[in-house]
Amino acid sequence: MSRETILNLVVLAALFLVALAASLSGQPYLVTLATKATILGLAGIGLNLALGYGGLVSFGHAAFFGIGGYAAGILASAAQNYEPLMTWPVELPGTTSMPIIWLTAVIAAGLVALPIGALSLRTGGVHFIMITLAFAQMVYYFAISWPAYGGEDGLSIYVRNTLGTLDTMSPWTFFLISYALLLLVLGLVLMATRSRFGLALAMARQNPLRLTSMGVRPFNVRLTAFVLSAMAVGLAGALYADLNRFVSPTMLSWHLSGELIVFVILGGVGRPCGPLIGAALYVLLESELGRLTEYWQLPLGIILLLVVLFARGGVIGLVTGRRSHA
Amino acid sequence: MPDPILKIIGLEKSFGALKATNGVTLDLYPGEIHALIGPNGAGKSTLIKQIVGEIRQDTGTIAFEGQSIDHLDAADRARIGLARTFQVSQVAPELSALKNVMLAVEAREGRVFRFFRPVNRDLGLTDAAMAFLYDAGLGERATVRAGDLSHGERRQLEFAIALAMKPKVFLMDEPMAGLSPDGSKRMTAFLDKLRATAPILLVEHDMEAVFALADRISVLVYGQVIATGTVAEIRANPEVRTAYLGDEAA
Repeated sequence: MSRETILNLVVLAALFLVALAASLSGQPYLVTLATKATILGLAGIGLNLALGYGGLVSFGHAAFFGIGGYAAGILASAAQNYEPLMTWPVELPGTTSMPIIWLTAVIAAGLVALPIGALSLRTGGVHFIMITLAFAQMVYYFAISWPAYGGEDGLSIYVRNTLGTLDTMSPWTFFLISYALLLLVLGLVLMATRSRFGLALAMARQNPLRLTSMGVRPFNVRLTAFVLSAMAVGLAGALYADLNRFVSPTMLSWHLSGELIVFVILGGVGRPCGPLIGAALYVLLESELGRLTEYWQLPLGIILLLVVLFARGGVIGLVTGRRSHA
Repeated sequence: MPDPILKIIGLEKSFGALKATNGVTLDLYPGEIHALIGPNGAGKSTLIKQIVGEIRQDTGTIAFEGQSIDHLDAADRARIGLARTFQVSQVAPELSALKNVMLAVEAREGRVFRFFRPVNRDLGLTDAAMAFLYDAGLGERATVRAGDLSHGERRQLEFAIALAMKPKVFLMDEPMAGLSPDGSKRMTAFLDKLRATAPILLVEHDMEAVFALADRISVLVYGQVIATGTVAEIRANPEVRTAYLGDEAA
């Protein structure tokens, strides 16, 4: 086992044990923090597929996070208010079933990512960053100006959605659900990056000219990665909505796009567990430093600066001593 | 005589006022090495780029196996059998040599969008790629990151990738560039054997290699082919000697 694999296992185990210990010692607040780190880590792992493995610096992934969140919020509030989701062309009821909500969130995020990716990927570099930001802002303002779903005030989910007979309102149970999905997505991302597609994606990032001359269009490979990445982030968004039992346009804001990028860079770009470490650090700093000062983002900024300047492989690069990834 | 596999007719390409390609007509027959020589800035690389579809010609036609490929983009042209090697080796520096070639194999098979099976355990893929690495003389270095290979080894990797595409035509942009005299000799021997696999359109500055390898030579000057012929014909052509070969070949 490489040092990175060991580190990944340690991080995954630590997250689990922290939540377990907190749950056993009756500190639900801490369990919720661990759940937040898990869900944000899941979103970061999704973004990493595009950003780390594909080299696509998307500054608009909050759109997919928010779409996942709104999918959960809209479906749940329709069910909880006993209103149909829509009446035409077919009458569609809402639902509080988590699997259906997850599926809806993933599909919705993917469907929106398809045109956004197809248009954005015609550009590159800074233009790509700006155009993904612009699309996310369009979604953001769309949500704000749509009063049916709360507009600026957002949308409350009175009771957490359901998964079989589980008590999803229990912090520990909801942590386990989130953790299981994190492992699932992490496994899928690992698999994809080691598959035939993963090779093509690595080539699309490192040498698109060579990929073309092998007979594969880099555009198709990148668009696939962008859409898959958005789907994972959409799933995280649905979980995040359930965690907070609240959805608002904040989930769609560009700050969140930035935070997702921070997770990836902090942990290590293109490292499977990097974003999880980044998200966990972020949540930790936010809660610990946030207790001391409301300007907790200043030390975070300094840490981020140090990582970018002195640890180009992020925390994982620092620990394993390897800067690059393949 | 068989039909040419590649036929270029009246190709023109301008960049602003500069006519980089000015009515080039050229063909490539099965089994031959057709060398394209000419002074710097004659438009050799521009011509290669038009053939592979990286840039589009203004007028004229490129036909492959008797059919126009003008409407095909670079990826399509690679897939129907045009394999290109670059003047500056183009590889994925962070991937191992083996994985670079594996990707070429899966691209040729048309099986790139497979997401589940790890490539490391795909023995069909790794074995095929290994064989091409050995063919290019790089088998012992399969696990080395492409970025850590020497200049000459990266060139060999380029050839392993080109071989893995099982192309019908090789288009080579200065394969000898930057090689040691010894490396050039080995490359010459390698290309000599390669012509049995597929014909080669060879852009090259190394005259010794060109005269040793070429079945035919075309001379490109200011975007125009001023002469095409066998090695002996080109060496004897007075126009070529003044334009390009100078005293060296006299």
